[in-house]
Amino acid sequence: MLTLQILANGLVLGGLYACIAAGFSLVWGVLNVINILHGSFIVLGGYLAFFGYVKLGIHPFASILIATPLLFALGYAIQRALINRMIAAPVLLTLTLTFGLDLMLSNAMLAAFTADFRKLILEPPLGVATLGPVVMPVDRLVAMILALGLTGLLYLVLSRSRIGRAVVAVRMDREAAALMGVNVKSVYAVTFGLGALMAGASGPLLAMIFPISPLTGPVYLGKAFVICVLGGLGSVPGAMIGGLALGIVESFGTLWFGPEHATTLSFVLLIAILLLRPEGLLGRKGYA
Amino acid sequence: MKRDALVAAALCALVALVPLAGEAYWLRLGTTMLMYGVIAMSWNFIGGMAGYPSFAVAAFFGLGAYTGAVAQKLGLPMGLAWCLAGLAALAFAAALGIALLRLRGHYFAIASLVVAEVLRELVNSATDLTGGGMGLNLPLPAMRSVQAQAIFFYYAMLGVAALTFAAMLATVHSRLGFGLRCIQQNESAADMLGVNTTYYKVAAFMLSGVFVGMAGAVYASWVHYIEPPDVFDVLYSVKAIVMVLLGGAGSVFGPLFGAALFLSLEELVWRRFLEVHTGVLGLLIVLLVMFLPKGLLSFSRRLPRASKQP
Amino acid sequence: MSGPLLELRGVTRQFGGLKAVSDVSLSVPQGEVIGVIGPNGAGKTTLVNVITGVHPASAGSVHFGGEDITRRAPWQAARQGIARTFQIVQPFPEMTVLENVAAAAMFAGGARFGGEAEREARAHLEFVGLGAAAGQRAAALTLAMRKRLEFAKGLAMRPRLLLLDEVNAGLNATEIDQALELIRGIAARGVTILIIEHLMKVVLSLCSRIVVLHHGELIAQGEPQSIIRDPRVIQAYLGRRYAQGGTPRHG
Repeated sequence: MLTLQILANGLVLGGLYACIAAGFSLVWGVLNVINILHGSFIVLGGYLAFFGYVKLGIHPFASILIATPLLFALGYAIQRALINRMIAAPVLLTLTLTFGLDLMLSNAMLAAFTADFRKLILEPPLGVATLGPVVMPVDRLVAMILALGLTGLLYLVLSRSRIGRAVVAVRMDREAAALMGVNVKSVYAVTFGLGALMAGASGPLLAMIFPISPLTGPVYLGKAFVICVLGGLGSVPGAMIGGLALGIVESFGTLWFGPEHATTLSFVLLIAILLLRPEGLLGRKGYA
Repeated sequence: MKRDALVAAALCALVALVPLAGEAYWLRLGTTMLMYGVIAMSWNFIGGMAGYPSFAVAAFFGLGAYTGAVAQKLGLPMGLAWCLAGLAALAFAAALGIALLRLRGHYFAIASLVVAEVLRELVNSATDLTGGGMGLNLPLPAMRSVQAQAIFFYYAMLGVAALTFAAMLATVHSRLGFGLRCIQQNESAADMLGVNTTYYKVAAFMLSGVFVGMAGAVYASWVHYIEPPDVFDVLYSVKAIVMVLLGGAGSVFGPLFGAALFLSLEELVWRRFLEVHTGVLGLLIVLLVMFLPKGLLSFSRRLPRASKQP
Repeated sequence: MSGPLLELRGVTRQFGGLKAVSDVSLSVPQGEVIGVIGPNGAGKTTLVNVITGVHPASAGSVHFGGEDITRRAPWQAARQGIARTFQIVQPFPEMTVLENVAAAAMFAGGARFGGEAEREARAHLEFVGLGAAAGQRAAALTLAMRKRLEFAKGLAMRPRLLLLDEVNAGLNATEIDQALELIRGIAARGVTILIIEHLMKVVLSLCSRIVVLHHGELIAQGEPQSIIRDPRVIQAYLGRRYAQGGTPRHG
């Protein structure tokens, strides 16, 4: 049945999207910073996987293990050195700051890798799986499972580990957390690092499915925006729901309007939601 | 107010003399500076005076450019096309403003950012009308020479800039300007004091759109060829913000000064670092945002809970 | 003018399942100084928020000068002559004291932009004793001065009804006495005043009538002396409040 197939496509896509957005949402919710760099972090992760595979034969799934610490370090450093100075600044300035940083990063990637689209093709290909009436390429399926797994891991870290609890505390009430002895600066840096890490980890997964180029950064960023509005800020379950919702919307949207309108559709959805519920679908008032 | 008007008139006269020097490079640079002056001053209405972090400038610019271009293609004379573009931007800003100005802080910023993207896609798809991704060629104006053309567009842009400045000066010294300041300082207090905040914000938003729309149309006529990613570039919005930050939102001359300064810096950068131009521009933006005097931050929205440096 | 200036008919305000204000009916004639008391969380500020339009009433209606203003926005209420002060003072921080008051005169009071608004603002600042501070940044004022700024702004709005929300919080005894003088002066001008207070001494010395809220409900209203003896009121307060006002406590 066509509908079932589209739905399945949407869910698979949605799982990946959840992973993309979870880190972004966390940074926004905790630091109150909209990180325009997020899209470029994803692309960077993708390039690491691509060149890892093409030049060194490292499987993209393994690249995740390489990309994550590298990007965590990058994110941590950027936050500590630069963004931390502006942390209390209004959204206007932090947004412009991360925009400027993103210009630098994406220009660097353009210069290093050129704008050519690269496609990571696995040798041998993983083939296609058939689950009842639904047909799904195995690489997508595995990517989705890994993406959901990573997102789940993030959730566990936030809810079980010491540093994770500190992050959640800061998100809920920065001043109270500071009074409790939480080193807020550290938490900010770790959170930003986590955001970069999630982006870097989703890079290899996306690289297996979609072509990579510095030009795709803004596209992923745009999706992250929409998912945050759909699912609320700073919450991993929210990112999951938002991601799945977006995946399904895009899947059906592609069917009805064609693939080139997928992004526009999601933006129209974003604006529509903000018009109806200015605090986002699942959002809480006061986190704007 | 009189003093500001006199200074502006003097500046205007000076600037109007530039074409006498004749060099095409200065004419081009000057026209670009005037254009960005319009954009920076326009952003100041909603961003500086009302305190709403709008990234919608790119949407207004692109809308104006395409309205003017399509109007000209359909036979309308240039001047009329420009006015039509301004009106289109005004109407669009009104509708958009009513819809979006209820949103706070981040959500407003995101929504305004996204609008330009949506418009760009719409224009991209309406191939029959706008040429879509292949761009739109404008009819060339009948003029004596390339030089005469350059001078014409310089004065056209100067005209739009003068209009924008006049509007800004009038607003700052009016009830509207005062009301916007109150809104920027503390919106709920302003509401409680009898300021119809929606009305005032939408007015500011409309002002932030109309002149940018006209400038977009003039730009389109000037360069003869536009395509969606060209005119719906979010960079216009970002640059406007940086220019106002640079020049200071406090004085009427701030945005103009900031525009001139920023463009001068950019010109120097562009000539020396062509390949990494965007990257260095990014660096410029980062440095400016991080090291601008803290006093400029006071014009921004006051958050409900005072946030201190952690 | 016939009829009460302010009338609340069965006003309820709900937040989710919680009724912050529950079926409150009240009639305030022009010129009265009425006190609203009640323990913390009783719904006093919410009631003021409903009157001024910050929160729409979930049920019931609010009438001002005979008109139904239940669905009016705060700025509309302000222009009609309802002024309020805030518990946590809300000035325009980077603007001068004069500009703060001029804004009130202009937007709520209807003064013309420019000279007229400024003249009025100066007059109000003199009345509250802030004349000398006219040129200072509002953020630079002390708490007591900020409270007086709130008064000046309230007055500049040319109100028919002035809602004072805990104006004495954070003030010392001398400052409270000064505030009392001010309020008496305002009442003498014919402004109807509704004052939310914790301090019994203030309420007893100013108000001709007191209304008591508890858990959002209006549990008692009447003359000050009978209210403080009312067993329901004593029960709601547990008697702790009496220590501040120094009024004798009867068994």
